[in-house]
Amino acid sequence: MTLNVSAYGPIVSTGLDSGQRAFPYLTALVLVPAGAALLVLLLPRARVAVVRAVGFAACTGVLGIAAAVLDEFRSGYGGYQMMSEHPWVGAFGFSWTLGVDGISLFLVLMTAVLFPVALASGMQRRDPKSFTFWVLLLESACLGSFLSVDLLLFFLFFEATLVPVYMLVAGWGHERRGYAAAKFFVYTFAASAFMLVGILALVFIHQSQTGVTTFDIRQLANTRLSGPANVLLFCAFTAALAVKAPVFPFHTWSPDAYSEAPAAGSVLLAGVMAKLGTYGIIRFDLGLFPHAVVELAPVLLTLGVIGIIYGGIVAAVQKDLKRLVAFSSLAHIGFIVVGLFALTGESLSGAVIQMVNHGLYTAALFILIAMIYERLGTFQLPKLRGLQHSAPVMAGVFTLVMLASIGVPGLNGFVGEFLILSGAFLTHRWWAVVATGGVVVAAVYLLWAYQQAFHGRPLPAAVSGGSDGPIGTGSADPGPPTGGAKAAPFREMTWREGLVLAPLVVLIVLLGVYPRPVLERITPTVNQLVLHAESAAHARIPALGRPGLTSYLHVAGAARTQGAER
Amino acid sequence: MIHAAFLIPLLPLAGFAILAPFGRRLGNPLAGWVATALVAASFVVTVIVFVGLFQQAPAHRELTQSWFTWLGADRLSVDAGILVDPLSMTMAAFVTGVSSLIHLYSIGYMEHDEQFPKFFTYLNLFVFAMLMLVLADNFLLSFLGWEGVGVCSYFLIAFWFDRDEAASAGKKAMIFNRIGDAGFLIGMFLIFERTGSLQYTTVFARLGHVGTPSLVAIALLLFLGAVGKSAQIPLFPWLADAMAGPTPVSALIHAATMVTAGVYLMCRINPLLHLAPDAAHVIAWFGAATAFVGASAACAQNDIKKVLAYSTVSQLGYMFLAAGSGAYVAAIFLMLTHAFYKALLFLAAGSVIHAMDEDQDIKHMGGLARLMPVTSLTFLVAWFAIGGVPPFAGFWSKGDVLENAWAVTPALWVVGAASAVLTAYYIGREFFLVFLGERRWSEARPSGDGHGGHGPVAAQAVAGGPPALRRRPQDPSWHMSAPLVVLAVLSVFGGFINLPFHPSFVFLERWLDPVVGPALRRLHYSVGQEWLFGVVDGVIALTGVAVAASLWRRAVDRPAFEPRFLSAAWFLDLAEDRIVARTGTALATFTASVIESRIVDGAVNGVASLVRLFADWARRAQNGYVRGYALGIAGGVVAVVAYLLVRVVQ
Repeated sequence: MTLNVSAYGPIVSTGLDSGQRAFPYLTALVLVPAGAALLVLLLPRARVAVVRAVGFAACTGVLGIAAAVLDEFRSGYGGYQMMSEHPWVGAFGFSWTLGVDGISLFLVLMTAVLFPVALASGMQRRDPKSFTFWVLLLESACLGSFLSVDLLLFFLFFEATLVPVYMLVAGWGHERRGYAAAKFFVYTFAASAFMLVGILALVFIHQSQTGVTTFDIRQLANTRLSGPANVLLFCAFTAALAVKAPVFPFHTWSPDAYSEAPAAGSVLLAGVMAKLGTYGIIRFDLGLFPHAVVELAPVLLTLGVIGIIYGGIVAAVQKDLKRLVAFSSLAHIGFIVVGLFALTGESLSGAVIQMVNHGLYTAALFILIAMIYERLGTFQLPKLRGLQHSAPVMAGVFTLVMLASIGVPGLNGFVGEFLILSGAFLTHRWWAVVATGGVVVAAVYLLWAYQQAFHGRPLPAAVSGGSDGPIGTGSADPGPPTGGAKAAPFREMTWREGLVLAPLVVLIVLLGVYPRPVLERITPTVNQLVLHAESAAHARIPALGRPGLTSYLHVAGAARTQGAER
Repeated sequence: MIHAAFLIPLLPLAGFAILAPFGRRLGNPLAGWVATALVAASFVVTVIVFVGLFQQAPAHRELTQSWFTWLGADRLSVDAGILVDPLSMTMAAFVTGVSSLIHLYSIGYMEHDEQFPKFFTYLNLFVFAMLMLVLADNFLLSFLGWEGVGVCSYFLIAFWFDRDEAASAGKKAMIFNRIGDAGFLIGMFLIFERTGSLQYTTVFARLGHVGTPSLVAIALLLFLGAVGKSAQIPLFPWLADAMAGPTPVSALIHAATMVTAGVYLMCRINPLLHLAPDAAHVIAWFGAATAFVGASAACAQNDIKKVLAYSTVSQLGYMFLAAGSGAYVAAIFLMLTHAFYKALLFLAAGSVIHAMDEDQDIKHMGGLARLMPVTSLTFLVAWFAIGGVPPFAGFWSKGDVLENAWAVTPALWVVGAASAVLTAYYIGREFFLVFLGERRWSEARPSGDGHGGHGPVAAQAVAGGPPALRRRPQDPSWHMSAPLVVLAVLSVFGGFINLPFHPSFVFLERWLDPVVGPALRRLHYSVGQEWLFGVVDGVIALTGVAVAASLWRRAVDRPAFEPRFLSAAWFLDLAEDRIVARTGTALATFTASVIESRIVDGAVNGVASLVRLFADWARRAQNGYVRGYALGIAGGVVAVVAYLLVRVVQ
């Protein structure tokens, strides 16, 4: 399928294709889960074990292929690699074009890691066949979104994610699942309509300029757009992506959807799906409309920073653990948005790695919360207390994941946050300063939640003098006493549960201590993007030399340009 | 020999890596011995490296070991690497040394604790983080250690997590530290922006290109970090609460090592402070103010550990006073001697607390000297050392600080000297109330067997009265006494590492010269003036001792000398709790319940309701009557035809 690319020669100029490699890794990544989904559909409903085996084998297989992609990936190169290109509807300019670069590589890997984990964590007792089917379909759609180089193909995959998620939430969710699923679907679907219009408009403008009808983003990136068109198209794209991410104030579907979804659904929604939005921003907003990005950056940076602080503040008073993580996600996505629109190499690299890191620790948090729910049947913090007594290992793992989420150096969360903030400081100082306040707020809400759930005496009898506010140590309202009848001690993590979490925990530590292999694959692509954006911006807005942009940046930027030329 | 330096942090890390999975299996006391052995090994390696460094010519006493690139993107690149120089090795030596002693002590102290292995797991992790902090060759890796010690401090304060006050205190410590850390982070961003690097040597080499306003901003931002970590005004309340942790933790983390990290940072950035004298001035004044506030608050505490906690706050203030005065050697000197005598005070307090069945109220004690000779004698030594009685360690180190403060401005000296009187006084008060005077406790009838864990088990013995003890107070086991004795010896002779009499006696100053020399404020006092300072310092110390003796030798309650505003530490904690915590919580509740659900989400649901309203209205058209539809079709046809006609006519 990829074969003979060498025969096309220069057509694939922007991609680094490995001509002799016959295996179409990327197409396989997208088709294996879809094929497995169809296979699951054919299996008899009663053969639960077979269904699970097929589902898990497919996910693991995808992980294997993704690992092979990582192995094949040539670091130090910024463009697309391992392209799979096949014209589909030629006259229409629509093609099956997949490619991977430094930005998508680790999102693909993260997706490949999180799906088997989600599947293993959320093995549903009810109707495993349909559950596995939808999860596999979702994986296919997510991978397709990350790998598409064709704008229409991306959009199809992007929209295709909605149905499986709707089904997962509505079919396997908690009490208010119907409301949450509908809200999620309608909100994101409505927003996507803007993007579709934007895509078509862009393609027609490009066609009128060049006479070529294409959805290939490498060619569309060269479209000359007037100022207003640039801004309008940017807004159309961003509407869809900001809802998906979600960016403040378009986030309100997410606490409902995250908290009502089953464990696997929350893991995938927050871990993978949210990244579709931020990925789309970096890929399309920055790639196609750099002029508008530079012009509107202050607006989006402001929304990102508000998200960081606002998400943290609202998280601090949540009683429901899943909603708390949902709002903490809003804060972490805020960091990513800040990184994206600060438009420096550091902040963009940080934003990309933060997408991966956020996926890992948020997934781990949701899985841990699901374990608590399985034992006690509640997400409500006031009903939890002293869990550390009987489950020290689970408490330890929770602590580690929590610290990663707070952004303690040595764990993965810090890497992205630091790069984002230090990069953002170069171009948008005051936004970075306010955003740094988010690290304090993060400590407040997570430590407070941990204290309520894990610290204290486990027995409901001694609740009296317990709780204080999330910050203070004084005496505030004591929480209502717990249910009472729960005589059985809280069960420690089982080996099986530990095994599900193990890959995430290992990655959280590894990426915190040695993120270099990841960063050095991300950076070349990101630097190319920054150069693209900077040159576009300079060409159009000569007055970019705002006070925030220091002379140091220009010197170093020049050095980077030279480096890229070498 | 110097190249073995990488082992210094690695050995405690290995201890953590062994104990985290296998600690439970190793059990009590083996887990403790493993931890102690690895930290002691780290101390041995430190000494070897120290000697190796000493054998180099002073100009060559610097070695950077780079392990790997930790994180980097575009122009930012940060190595994981260590810097071996006189400053970092001095810190490493005292950190590993004091840690070894406190590990040993903890084997005895935590003997009956259920979570014994976990305690040592955390303790080893802490030592690793602390060593990364002091050995790192760049700001970011130091920050890793900086946050790491903060996290370990959180674990260890909340170690007895079923006590709500311990859990809250752990959280509070972490949050207060995080406020400072935000300053540290922003400071690093600014450093990176201005110099393009975060490595100490590179940054310091490029300071010439950084404008003075930026230098002042950087210095003050990093100082904000130090204020959080080292419990200075206004972020000190967490340290008093941190006493909820086990006493060895208070000794190691909240007295000797972690809380001095801020002082280390100020000494490390001495080239920067040298170029930003305004910032240095601010630091000195914050230090002096904290020294006084802490010392005065310590005078009115009744908890044996809270006296020491506020004393630590005060002593840290002295260290910042020194660093802000450009007297980096004096700051380090005081840090070292303080580590000895304050660790000693805490450990002695720990053995008293054990003897008193976990009761920490000094008003319930008294007359313990006879029964606990080792503890009381070592405590006495520590009192004289911290009070600055010649020739104990504190006399030399605090004298050094005060001399330098005088050279900046006599006003600083006055504040420092006033605090010095209080210092000798409040530890004296504690000494008299704990060890001398009448016994305000009683022994239980020898029926109870008296084993078990923690918690004021025997606290409710006689109604209203002091507790009845399960057994007669006595000196602790050798694990606990040996560190007391070693630290007592160091508290007596520790001052001799930097004697003022002759230029060749200032060993510490000459040792640190390659690091701090160019930025150091040189004093030009005559021999007579030196002697005068010495005499004044001695008189100050003895005054404090004498006042304490006259007031507290017999009395137990002197409300006039324990005013409410002092026992509440100038109401700072209360004010912060009211203003920040309460309003913060109220604001968050308001945001979540009104802004989020009514406004932001309300808008979304509002749109949905609008759509539904519109649909309800529009639905009426779909009424199922054919005549209605026929009318619609006819109307549509008419409209289309009319439109076409208009077009044709035009």
